[in-house]
Parts: sequence; structure tokens; C-alpha cells
Amino acid sequence: MTDAPTTTRKDWATDQEVRWCPGCGDYSILTAVQLLMPELGVRREDTVFVSGIGCAARFPYYMNTYGLHAIHGRSPAVATGLAMARGDLHVWVVGGDGDMMSIGGNHLIHALRRNVNLNILLFNNQIYGLTKGQYSPTSERGKVTKSTPHGSVEQPFNAVSLALGAEASFVARTHDMDRGHMQEMFRRAHDHPGAALVEVFQNCNVFNDGAFAALTKRDARDSMLIDLRHGEPVRFGADGEFGVVIENGRARVVSVAEAGIDALVVHDETDADPSVAFALSRLANTNDVPTPIGVFRAVERSEYGSSVTSQIAASQSSAGPGDLHKLLHSRPTWQVA
Amino acid sequence: MTETAARTEQVRRADGIVLRFAGDSGDGMQLTGDRFTSASALFGNDLATLPEFPAEIRAPAGTLAGVSSFQVHISDHDITTPGDAPTVLVAMNPAALRSDLPLLTPGGTVIVNSDAFGERNLGKAGYDSNPLTDGSLDGYTLVTAPMTDLTKRACADLGVKPRDAERSKNFFALGLVSWLYSRPVEPTVDWIDGKFAGRDTVVAANKAAFAAGHAFGETAELGASRLMVNPAELAPGTYTNINGNTALSWGLIAASQQAGIPLFLGSYPITPASDILHELARHKNFGVRTLQAEDEIAAVGAALGAAYGGHIGVTTTSGPGMALKAETVGLAVSLEVPLVVIDIQRGGPSTGLPTKTEAADLLMAMYGRHGEAPLPIVAAQSPSDCFFAAIEAVRLAVEHRTPVILLSDGYLANSSEPWRVPDVEQLDSIAVNFASKPNHVNDEGEAVFWPFRRDERLVRPWAIPGTTGLMHRIGGIEKSDGSGNISYEPDNHQAMVRLRAERIALIAHHIPPAEAVGDPDAAVAAVSWGSTWGAVTGARRRLEAAGHRLAHIHLRHLNPLPANLGELLSSFERVVVPEMNTGQLCRMLRAEYLIDAKSVTKVSGQPFTAAELTEAFWTEIAAAEDQP
Repeated sequence: MTDAPTTTRKDWATDQEVRWCPGCGDYSILTAVQLLMPELGVRREDTVFVSGIGCAARFPYYMNTYGLHAIHGRSPAVATGLAMARGDLHVWVVGGDGDMMSIGGNHLIHALRRNVNLNILLFNNQIYGLTKGQYSPTSERGKVTKSTPHGSVEQPFNAVSLALGAEASFVARTHDMDRGHMQEMFRRAHDHPGAALVEVFQNCNVFNDGAFAALTKRDARDSMLIDLRHGEPVRFGADGEFGVVIENGRARVVSVAEAGIDALVVHDETDADPSVAFALSRLANTNDVPTPIGVFRAVERSEYGSSVTSQIAASQSSAGPGDLHKLLHSRPTWQVA
Repeated sequence: MTETAARTEQVRRADGIVLRFAGDSGDGMQLTGDRFTSASALFGNDLATLPEFPAEIRAPAGTLAGVSSFQVHISDHDITTPGDAPTVLVAMNPAALRSDLPLLTPGGTVIVNSDAFGERNLGKAGYDSNPLTDGSLDGYTLVTAPMTDLTKRACADLGVKPRDAERSKNFFALGLVSWLYSRPVEPTVDWIDGKFAGRDTVVAANKAAFAAGHAFGETAELGASRLMVNPAELAPGTYTNINGNTALSWGLIAASQQAGIPLFLGSYPITPASDILHELARHKNFGVRTLQAEDEIAAVGAALGAAYGGHIGVTTTSGPGMALKAETVGLAVSLEVPLVVIDIQRGGPSTGLPTKTEAADLLMAMYGRHGEAPLPIVAAQSPSDCFFAAIEAVRLAVEHRTPVILLSDGYLANSSEPWRVPDVEQLDSIAVNFASKPNHVNDEGEAVFWPFRRDERLVRPWAIPGTTGLMHRIGGIEKSDGSGNISYEPDNHQAMVRLRAERIALIAHHIPPAEAVGDPDAAVAAVSWGSTWGAVTGARRRLEAAGHRLAHIHLRHLNPLPANLGELLSSFERVVVPEMNTGQLCRMLRAEYLIDAKSVTKVSGQPFTAAELTEAFWTEIAAAEDQP
């Protein structure tokens, strides 16, 4: 890998017209990524954006890097092959909740389990946008959409809980109204060796407008977003008046004045046991209660592609580099004169 | 088969034997057959094998459903099939006898483990009376041996528990047939030492059983049944015995070496393709990466991702997996990236006959994708040919930037034959030619990279991530020819559909022409593809020996078809197309060339025998002679 030259946001943008609906949350995510990339010290040539199908999946066309727009749901699988083959690359995967958790759910959980070196950005808008407004696997119960005229009767996924259950080594959540927080989460994902999943609460202003407004509008954030910070007690509110305690394995919001600061759980994203992170993820399954954002979990675990590469290196040093002639004569042979 | 009485040691000579080992799934018949085959190969016979086993791992013991068989044809001359019918049947229990006796040549030899013919086992096999004593085997040469009892006795002083000793009875059978057919004993003894190294009692028991079986032949005065098959006269060289899946795996490794880029296999376990995954996973020192994916779709997706990154991306599967991979293969058609999709065909539809052979995925390979999505199709013709077919599939994929489907089948996968090991120096190289610089000047006069700017073969550049200055985006959405930018323009789509078809059609100029072997001036031509090559060749030789004329055209490439095929076919009065499906190639040839090709089909899960095709071709030859 060559040293990265100094770049600006402009260097990371393509000449392609961005075709998301005006007002879509995807614009602010794209801006956050394009502004972040020059700070990561990587070459555009060594960066690949891989996507599936959906509004979010158009992302690669707008990044002046290598890009592969694949098929619905399969981007984690395609990216797994690419990252296994090319450990020198920075591979980003971008997709929506339908792409990654419905049709591609199987690939997502296995990429996380294997810990393939991927930065997975999951744009969760709780709706199908490109197909024009059907409910998604993260849509809330009772959701009325074109395909659920009487309201959804399905239990939605909680993306963070799902990722933690899938043995993910890095799980974070952010939202499209806070560029600084997004960039911090994306940077952490980039720095993490292995599979990093970042759920981005993203507003679809056409089919599901305001889905996260109760959490993300400027005057609500203090009281509704629980900003997880490693090594610090979990607390929120304009004056930090609320906190979270863990009791019998369950997370519960308390008043700091009543419970006392020492009762609060101190966030440890490096905890090998994901139980507390999972409990924190269960605090919010609807968008009208305080919801944690930030890094839930960041643990070191052997990365898949480099483990495979190590086996190859070990095999080459013990058996010697592959010798085709030797291989073809490796079973019993006989001569015919 | 001719048998001549060679008086030396009273062992008669035969030009070939077709031996079938049959027993319960737990009796080790595949291993026994495999050992007999290896000893015969090292002895210098030509041979072909047909392993047959149930899909169930261990069906109830002693039942017809649990019978596992291994047929091997050994010969003193060049052969191409595992034989029309066994001349010798080794039956380890009544179920094996009942299920496989109908296959045996009239007057053939039956070797049985008489200890297994108790009332209970006879009942499980559906026998009302004991066939060993009721005269029903009078038309055969019957050799009975109390294999279980003699094996236990042979192991009595070895400290082996009687139950464990009994497991070695397949080696008793192997010892007996090794004596009957004068096989060398050293390869088997050496193999036992190596295979069970560190398990001394197992080594001792298996060797004792093998020796006891060998001795039984001598002491039981079975000399009259002895036969000797001399080594075959094969082309000079170094030989090894190889099955289709191993040859195919080695071919992929060879192709990777010849191309100078690493091999990546994404695969999901499926019968009868899994052995390719197993074999390639062993050879990491060649830089091979294998991924046992979460499903068939992920397997091909990962292979495509690796191909995009500059590796040889391969996925292996069978029919059900092909159905699941179809969308991703279509993406590869649209992206124009190299990808090798290997289908080891089995009986279908659906789960069908997982362990039996069929070649009914040809039209699926041709047309089984949405939209107009043509791609090259290559088929292997014999177990050892899987090596070269794999190299050819990789060559077309890499040099023409396209997904390629390689068709093999369950018969080729598991069948083995002697293979003259090629000189690796003689293998052709595969040209990769990664793009390294811009290939277009835009309206502003800047040098830029256009991912869909094509060369004279209509092949686009392969610019892999990491290459300075060639960043570009590609996807499954229709793109502008040249720039590769998203385009929904009507005229562009029409042009791209036609370009994708044309560039595959142009490959006809980069493959060898079709050739008629046998008698190219005959009235009748047999056109074959895939594993049917062996039976067609066997049938042609028989017809020639009887003074009849037949041309044989075998197709390695099914898409595009060789450029001269239409003209070649038009020179024959009759064209007959034998296939292990209901006439798929025949349909293609009729549609493509408007010829009245006749279909001969078999879909029983078994390969054609040379005898069946001799008869089918003879019918055509006779009809042509009647019609001057």
C-alpha cells in the first residue's frame, strides 16, 4: 500500500448526480463520510464501497473510490470474498434495514460472526424506500404501510441486539442528525480490525418521515439519547440527571439523585462478555423512550481474512510453496515404458 | 470377453473383469473397492470405476436401502467405461445379493459372506429361502466363504475384541479377491500401515483379515475361478489413479498457477461436489483460499467479490445450489467479471437423487437466469479430463471476463481411472492483463479510466482495487457502454444486451473446431457432451470392431458451440445425440442448425453403458443403410 496523499472532501466525491430524494437522511451520511475520509489517511485506490440494493445501496456511485453495487442482500457475502482475498483494502459495506436484515440477514450475521474486516453501515429508516413504502424488519408493530394496511403484526429487529447476538466484535449506533457523532462512529469502525457494524438512524422523509424525530430533534437529544462513553457511568439528560443501572442482568433508567452515581453502570465497551451491552441495547425497542447511541461493544478478536492468510503462510513455511509437479505426483504413481 | 487358458499356474487370462463389491453401508465397500482399484492401477491395468452408495449415511443394517456398491472394470487394454455388467459380484449380505444380482452377467461369479446369510438377514432382504442352498444361484459360479467367522478367528490372538475384529471382514473379502484375480498384496498392506498408523490393533486386525482371505483362496481350492488380467498397453509416461473431483480440484490449482493469480473457492457443502472443497482446503500452500459459506448464495457472492479483487473466483455446487446462485451469476454477466461456477450434476429436480448421476442441467446453464444473460459453458468428459476442463473454464473466464459454467456430474466426480500425469511445463499460460492505466480521454482532455471500454474481442479491462488512478464504480444496474455510468437509455440497453451476446458468441473463434473421430465419412454421427463420452467411445469401438461405421463428435464447449459445428453436422445423414437427460443438447442442436437430430436418453441415475449405446447407434446405422 502506497502512502496516502493529502486529500479533501472533493477528491472523494464523484461527478455523478446524487439521486436521493431531497431531504433524505442519506445526504448527511454521505457528507459525513466524504468529510471523514481525508482524515483517515487512506488512499482512495485502497478503499472499496460495496452495496446491495435499496436507496442506501446507491452510496458507492457517489464515492470516488472503487465501488461495487451488487444485488439485494448479498453485499456482506460479496464483501467477505473481497476482504478475504485482499487484506490490503479498506472495505465498506452500505445498506438499508431491508437489504441487510431481511433478504441479506443471513449474510450479515455470518460476516459479523466470522469477524471479516468490514465497516458495515446499516442505514435504518424502518421502511422500504426504493420499492415505495412497505414495512421493513425494523418497522414497529402496528405500522400502517402499503403492505400492512391494517398495521404490522410483526415483532421488529433491534439491529444492535441482533449484531450482539451474532457475536459481533464491534457494534455502534448513531443518527443522521449529528455529523460529528456519525464521523466518530465511522472512524471507530474504520479503526476496528474485524467486522464493525454501525447502525445509523436515518430519516426517510418520503415514506417514514420523522420516525426518529422524538429521539434526534435538537431539543430532544439530551433527554432521549443515552450517549455511551467507555469508562464513564452511563447517564444522560441536560444535566446528567438520569442514569442507567444494571439489575439482575437488566438495564433500567433511574434518577441519579435517587439511585446515586455509584449505582450507575460504568460502560465498558471492551467487556468480553456481551451481556451488559445487550442489556443496554434492550433499553429501547421503540422510538419514544431514551435510546442508547455510541459504541456498545469493541472487543479484539482474530480477524477472519488475516486468520486465513496466516494459515496460508504457515502452510507455505511448513510444506513449502505450492509445487504443481509435486502435487500431480502426490498419489501413488506407476510408470508405463 | 475372451478367456484363454494360459496353463501357467492354472490361472486363466482374461482381457478384462468387471467386479462389483456390494454390502451394507457399514461394511466398508467403498473402501474395499477403492483399495482393489488402487492395487490394479499400480499393477498397470486400465480401469474405470462406478461407486454407488445410498444418500443415507447409515440406512438400517441389512436392508435393501442400505446397500452400498462399488463397481470396477479392470482391463488389459484402453477402456472408457466401468463395464456393461459385472462379471463378478462380491455380496457381503443377502440384501447386497438381492439388489445387485440382477446386474450380474449370466454365468458370472458370485462371492458371498455365508455368515451373513442367517434367517434374520434373509428376512430383511425379502428372501423366503436361502439362495445359497435353494438352487437359485445354479446358473452362476458360487464361491462361499464364512468371512465373519474366519476374520474373527484370524484376529483371535491379536487382543482385538470380537466385535472390532468383525469390522475387518471387508479386508478378508479384499484378500480373497486379490488372490482370485492375482492382485499384488504389497500396495494394500502398505496402505493399511499408513492409514491406521498409531492404531496397532486395527492395523493388525486388518492385515490378519486380508491375509486370511488371501489364504482362503488357496486352501479352498478355488483355483478354477482364478483369472489374470495383464497390464494394459498404455502410452508411455507416469500414471496415477484419479477421480473427477480430485482432477477438477487440481485443474483449478493448475489454472491459478498458469494465470499467476490466487485461487478463491466459495462453496457450501452439497453432494456430489463437496470433495472439491475438501481437496482445495488441503492445499493452502498454493495460496488457495477456501470459504465454507453460510449458504449457496454467499458462496458465489464471495467468489464474485474475490474475483473483483483480482483472484480466480470459483464456486462449486450441484443442481439445487445452481438454482440459488442464478441471480449472482446474472450479476457477474452484467459486471463482466471472471467467475467460474462448477455444477457437479446429480439426479433432479429438487433433492432428487443426490448420490446418482444425471446431466440435466444443460438448459439451466444455458438459460437459467433472468434477462438475456449468456455465458460460456464447458463440460468435462472423463474423470481425468476434469483437470483440463477446469483449466479451460478458468481460461475462458479470465481471458474473456465472464462467468463460465463448468458441468461435471456425479459419475465423473466419484469415478476413477488411470491418468497419464501431464508435464506441467507443457500447460498453456492464462493471460490475466490487469488494467494499469487510463484508457480514455474525456471531453476536458483528461486521461480517465472507462471500465466498459472494450478491446477487439469486446472484452473490457479488469482494473482491480488498489490500482492507482483507476477508481471506478460498477454494478448490476444497466450501464453506459464505455464509461460504465448508470444508464437507463433505451438505445444503450439494447446495444448492451447485444454486446453481451456478441462477446460470448465471439468466443467461438477462441476454441478448437468440432472434430469427428472414428469414421468422419460415416452416414451416422453421434454427438455427445459430458461423461457420455466414455460410453459413446466404447460403443464406437465395438461397432468398428464389427465392421460398422460411426462418426463421433464430442462437444467440450456447449456455449458458444464450435464455429464449424453446423457445417460438420450437415455432412451426416443421421445425427444421434445420447444424453443423461430428456434431450437437452438435442433440442439445442435442432434449434440452432435446423437438423433432424435424434435423441437417445437415459435418466435412471446410472451412466449409459457401451452396450446400450452400441444398440442405439446400430439402429441408426441400419436405418441409414436401408435408406440409400
